[in-house]
Amino acid sequence: MTEPLSLNRQQIAQLVARDIPDGATVNLGIGMPTLVSDYLPTDREILLHSENGILGMGAAAIGDAIDPDLINASRVPVMLIPGASITEHTVSFAMMRGGHLDYSILGGFQVAANGDLANWMTDAPDAIPAIGGAMDLAVGARNVLIMMEHTNKAGEPKLLEACTYPLTAAGVVNTVYTNWAIVDIKDRRFVLRSMVAGMDIDTLQRRTGAKLWIDGGVQTIFLDAAGGLS
Amino acid sequence: MINKIKSSHDEALSGISDGASIMIGGFGDAGIPFELIDTLLAMGPTGLTLISNNASAGERGIAALIAAGRVRKVICSHPRPPRSDIFAQAFRAGQVELECVPQGTLAERMRAAGAGLGPFYTPTGYGTWVAKDKQTCVIDGKGYVLEQPLAADFALVRAHQGDRLGNLTYRLAARNFNPVMCMAARRAIAQVDQIVQAGDIPPEQVMTQAIFVQSVVLAGTPA
Repeated sequence: MTEPLSLNRQQIAQLVARDIPDGATVNLGIGMPTLVSDYLPTDREILLHSENGILGMGAAAIGDAIDPDLINASRVPVMLIPGASITEHTVSFAMMRGGHLDYSILGGFQVAANGDLANWMTDAPDAIPAIGGAMDLAVGARNVLIMMEHTNKAGEPKLLEACTYPLTAAGVVNTVYTNWAIVDIKDRRFVLRSMVAGMDIDTLQRRTGAKLWIDGGVQTIFLDAAGGLS
Repeated sequence: MINKIKSSHDEALSGISDGASIMIGGFGDAGIPFELIDTLLAMGPTGLTLISNNASAGERGIAALIAAGRVRKVICSHPRPPRSDIFAQAFRAGQVELECVPQGTLAERMRAAGAGLGPFYTPTGYGTWVAKDKQTCVIDGKGYVLEQPLAADFALVRAHQGDRLGNLTYRLAARNFNPVMCMAARRAIAQVDQIVQAGDIPPEQVMTQAIFVQSVVLAGTPA
């Protein structure tokens, strides 16, 4: 077969963005999740949270808008939207851990069919542990969405029966968005929601480390001529 | 009369001796009391335990203390932000011990200490490496890890305004860990951008209350 379409990082970000409803409070993790803010529909009002205390974060700041006291979790200067607030760390993390945040969008090294997430440390022998806010973001939000490549650089599955890397949190993931598919986790199973045009279920299953279940139909992800989702 | 304003950074930091535990505020470069850390480096205490969100970035601040061999242990959430090679080298050489704590747990452990609470249960870290050797429990189907309060001998923070009583405000996202560190430390020392008259900060806009602060020093004051 010809190799199916593989979404790039911006296209995965578009997939996630269109699933965020009007009125949601959302934390975008470091790395690929930060791209989601570029694609949030302008007709929806969405409050972005940053772990360093910001609720109502705006776009990246450039030029005269840069203030060294106003940065996001990735230490990038940002702006605020009208109505934004800023607090201190215990309150900021209460927003996450207390279940007040609607969506936490994180990168992932591995996700297991039972919802376990590994995204903070590999099993490299010289790795220095660095947790940051990842564990709090993963346990607290009402919905945990993961953005990652479907397979690693060696072509091995990152969606697995059980994670082999150290866990970030157990049983927390709701949905995984990859370069080939959207996979929901329901009742400790991977349930295939969508896959890219040109992909077939057998091929996707071979690239996935645990059984893919089908509940009802599987939607197809198409791209338009400009590379946007259609 | 109460007057916590110090005329020099040396005076503000007096009493910090070898082996002290010191919380250092800031997230990214926002809210880090760089001038106080420069003075601490010049004063020379060693065998320090530093508690901060990061284990340094770049070459200033905590990185400079580590490079000078003053740091025995770092308690932080993320020791590997960009440009953190000085910590990584010292850690791999066995010169610095690391306790890595989830960021929200780090803040809440400080709050518990500052609020007079004992150990507390948090869902963060349940089922992970963080829960190793700690007591855990399951309540209504949700797992929790027992975490201990975290106090320190000193807190070095950066604030925007301070008055002679010790009331503080912060600008924008430079607040971060600074208020909770003032609560959790036995002596909190604030480097401020401006010293204002008592009463200038509207009472309901005081972000760290005077009772949590022992020394205030103007940024730019001679060491």
